[in-house]
Amino acid sequence: MSINKENLNTEYPSFGNYPKLYPSEVKHWSWRHIPPNFSSFSAKFLPRGFGKSYGDSCLLEGGILLDTTQMNKIISFDRESGIIRAESGISFDELLNFLVPRGYFLPVTPGTKHISLAGAIANDVHGKNHFSAGNFGNHITKFELLRSDGRRLICSPEENKDYFAATIGGLGLSGIITWAEFKCRSSPTPYFYVENIKFRNLDEFFEINEVSEESFPYTVAWIDCTAKGKHLGRGIYNRGRHAEVGKDNIPNKSPKDGAKPFPFEIALINKATTKMFNLLWYNKQIRKKTKGISHYNPFFYPLDGVGGWNKAYGKAGFIQYQFVVPLASGKETVRKILEKISSSGLSSFLVVLKTFGDIPPSGMLSFPMRGITLAVDFAVSRNSLALCRELDVLVNEGGGRLYVAKDSRMKGADFRRYYNNYEEFSKYIDPKITSSFWQRIQEK
Amino acid sequence: MYKKILIFGASSELAHQTAIHFAAPGVHFFLAGREVQKLQTISDDLTAREAKIKTSIYQIDALDFDLHQKLFEDAAAVMDEIDLVIIAHGTLAAQEEIQNNIDDILREYGINCTSVISLSSHAATYFENLGRGTLAVLSSVAGDRGRASNYIYGSAKGAVSLYLQGLRNRLFKSGIKIITIKPGMVRTKMTAHMAASPLFSKPEDVGKGIYKAIISGKDVAYVPGYWKIIMAIIKSIPESIFKKLSL
Ligand SMILES: Cc1cc2nc3c(=O)[nH]c(=O)nc-3n(C[C@H](O)[C@H](O)[C@H](O)COP(=O)(O)OP(=O)(O)OC[C@H]3O[C@@H](n4cnc5c(N)ncnc54)[C@H](O)[C@@H]3O)c2cc1C
Ligand SMILES: NC(=O)c1ccc[n+]([C@@H]2O[C@H](COP(=O)([O-])OP(=O)(O)OC[C@H]3O[C@@H](n4cnc5c(N)ncnc54)[C@H](OP(=O)(O)O)[C@@H]3O)[C@@H](O)[C@H]2O)c1
Repeated sequence: MSINKENLNTEYPSFGNYPKLYPSEVKHWSWRHIPPNFSSFSAKFLPRGFGKSYGDSCLLEGGILLDTTQMNKIISFDRESGIIRAESGISFDELLNFLVPRGYFLPVTPGTKHISLAGAIANDVHGKNHFSAGNFGNHITKFELLRSDGRRLICSPEENKDYFAATIGGLGLSGIITWAEFKCRSSPTPYFYVENIKFRNLDEFFEINEVSEESFPYTVAWIDCTAKGKHLGRGIYNRGRHAEVGKDNIPNKSPKDGAKPFPFEIALINKATTKMFNLLWYNKQIRKKTKGISHYNPFFYPLDGVGGWNKAYGKAGFIQYQFVVPLASGKETVRKILEKISSSGLSSFLVVLKTFGDIPPSGMLSFPMRGITLAVDFAVSRNSLALCRELDVLVNEGGGRLYVAKDSRMKGADFRRYYNNYEEFSKYIDPKITSSFWQRIQEK
Repeated sequence: MYKKILIFGASSELAHQTAIHFAAPGVHFFLAGREVQKLQTISDDLTAREAKIKTSIYQIDALDFDLHQKLFEDAAAVMDEIDLVIIAHGTLAAQEEIQNNIDDILREYGINCTSVISLSSHAATYFENLGRGTLAVLSSVAGDRGRASNYIYGSAKGAVSLYLQGLRNRLFKSGIKIITIKPGMVRTKMTAHMAASPLFSKPEDVGKGIYKAIISGKDVAYVPGYWKIIMAIIKSIPESIFKKLSL
C-alpha cells in the first residue's frame, strides 16, 4: 500500500507547501483498539493530522507518516457539564457540527476549523480568546497516549502529569494521542455579536485593545502591512462575544457554509495584488466602526471561506512568520518589525496582531506567553527568507520567540533558547517518533 | 421516520456517516459486522450523539451465508420489527493482485456480490411477509461500466445493481422500497491509499447524501449527484473507443 512521491506531493504536504519533504510511506490508523504494528515499521514515524501546520513539524522526510484522521468517533458527551471525549483524529469542523446544535462551542479555536483534535493538542493552539481562556490545552481534562512500546498512558493533571505536560504542545513527539477529553463552553446560538473598528496606527491599536479586552472575550486585529510612516500599523480591530438570546437580534436561518474555490496554482500573490487587496479591505470599511451579528464561520474562519487560498502563493510555497514578544519591549519590537516589513517591499496576504494574556499554559513547549503576537506570511523567496533572518534579530532582542506550528526555518540554537524546557521535554520523546522539524533544530 | 434499523457492515465509514443522521430519540440500531469492538465504537459514537437511542451489536461475517436468515430473525426479535435495512459492507482489492487468481476473485465476489444478494433476498422475504419496509444497498458507480483497472469489484457491484433493479420491480406493488445507492469516490478506509483526486468526496457529505436518498425514497441515487452525469458520459463512450482508453 505504498504511495509514490508524485501522489504524496499533493496529499501530504504542509500547509505552506514548504519545505517539500516526502515520507517513504504513509500508514493509516483507523481503530483505536487495534494499535499499529510498530515492530513492522521500517523507519521512524510521525503522527499526522490534517497537515495544517505551515512547515516541517508535520513532515518526516524518508520516514513514515501515521495518518490518524480516520480515528474520528465521539466516545462520550455529557450534556450537563459539556465534557466531550472523542478520538483524536476528529476535526474541529465535525466537533462544531456536533456541539453547536447542542448549545456548546469549542473552548478555544485557531483560525481554521480543518484541524484535528490531536493537532490542536500537539501545538497547544490558541485563538482570539487567549487572554480570557488560555490555550486549547488549558481545557484538556484527560487523554490517552499510546507509546510505541505498546503502553497506553492515561494522562491528566493528576495522572502521568509529566506526560500530560510533555504532550500538550509536544509536537507529536511524545507518543500518539488516541483520544482526548475537554470541557466545552456553552453557547446558546451559533452567532456572535461582532464589532469592527478601524485604527489609524499602532498606538490606536493598543488603546482600543486595552478597552476591548475588558468587555469582549474574542479580539484580533488585521494590519495593513503596506502602510508606512504615520499610517504604520493601521488596520481593523475585530472584537466579539457570544450572541445572547433576548439581547441580540439572532437570525433564524443559518447561512450556507461553502468554501469558494480558489484553485489557481500560479504566483497570484505579488506586490501589486496584495497592495490592492490591503487597500480594498481597509477602505471597504468606510465607517470608523461597524457592528452586527455574525455566524461563527466568518467570525472565526474567514480564510476557510476562501478554499485553497494557500495555493495562490504558487508552487514555491509560502512561510508564515509568527512571533510573540513580552509586553514591556513588545510595542517597540512590533513597530520595528512592521517598519522592516513595509520597507522590504515584500507583500503579505494577511497580517494578524493580537495580545496574549497571562494564563499559564499546560504544556512544556507551549508557544504563547504574556505579550504581543504578530503573524505575517510571505511567498518563499531568497528575499523573504533573508527578511525573516533580520526579523529574528529583532524578536531575539525583544526577548520573544517563534511559533513552531508556523515555522519551517528557525535556527536550532534559537529554538533551544526560546523553549528552555527543551532538555526536560526531550526525555519524553518516543524513541520511534521524530519529525523533520525536530531533526532540523538538532542541527544548527 | 425509520425507527428500527438494521445495518450490515456497520463499521463502514459510510454506514457510520449515514447512521449519524438517523440517530433520533426512540431509534433502535441493530449493528451487524464482523468485529464486536468496532461495532462498540460505532455504538458509543451514536449514543453520544443521541442518548435516547438503543443499540444492539451482532457479530457476523458476510461470508457466513448460513447465518444470514438467523440474522434477520434475531434482529426482528430484538427490535420487535425491522423497518429499514442498510447493507454497506464491501472490500476493494487491488485488481492487479487478484485478477489471475480465481480463488481471490470468488472471494471478492462473495463479499461484494453474492453475500449482498443473499442478504438482500432475506430482507426482501422479511419485508414481504411484513407488508412494508425499505432496503438500501451501497452499490457503486464502479458497477456502471466494466473498466480494465477495476472490473472485478465493478462487475460484482454491477450485478448487485441489476439484482436490486429487478427486486424493486418485483416488490413495487407490495409497497416495499428498494434503494440502490451509488457513491462516487469517497475518502474512507477503503480508498485511503489511493492517490489524491478532485473527484474524492468527504464521507460526511456522502453520508448525508445517502441519508437524504433513503428518506426521500429514491430508486437509484448517485451520491454526490453529479456522478450521474459523469457515469452517463462514461457509459456513452462506444466500446470500440473505450477499450483503448486506459481507465
Ligand atoms: C489558516 C490557518 C490558520 C491558523 N490559525 C491558527 C491560530 O489562530 N492559532 C494557532 O495556534 N494555530 C493556528 N494555525 C495552526 C494550526 O492550528 C496547527 O498547526 C494545528 O496543529 C494543525 O492541526 P492538524 O490536525 O492539521 O495537525 P498537523 O499539522 O497534521 O500536525 C500538527 C502536529 O500534531 C501532531 N499530531 C497529529 N496527530 C497526532 C496524534 N494522533 N497524536 C499525537 N500527535 C499528533 C503532529 O505530529 C504534528 O506535530 C492555523 C493554521 C492555518 C492553516
Ligand atoms: N469509498 C468509496 O469510494 C466507495 C465508493 C462506492 C461504493 N462504496 C461502497 O460503500 C460501502 C462502504 O464502504 P466504505 O467506503 O465505508 O469502506 P470501509 O469503511 O472500508 O467499510 C467497509 C466495511 O465492510 C466490512 N466488511 C468487509 N468484509 C466483510 C465481511 N466479509 N463481512 C462483514 N463485513 C465486511 C468492513 O468490516 P471490517 O471493519 O470488519 O473490516 C467494513 O466495515 C462498500 O460497499 C463500498 O463498496 C464505497
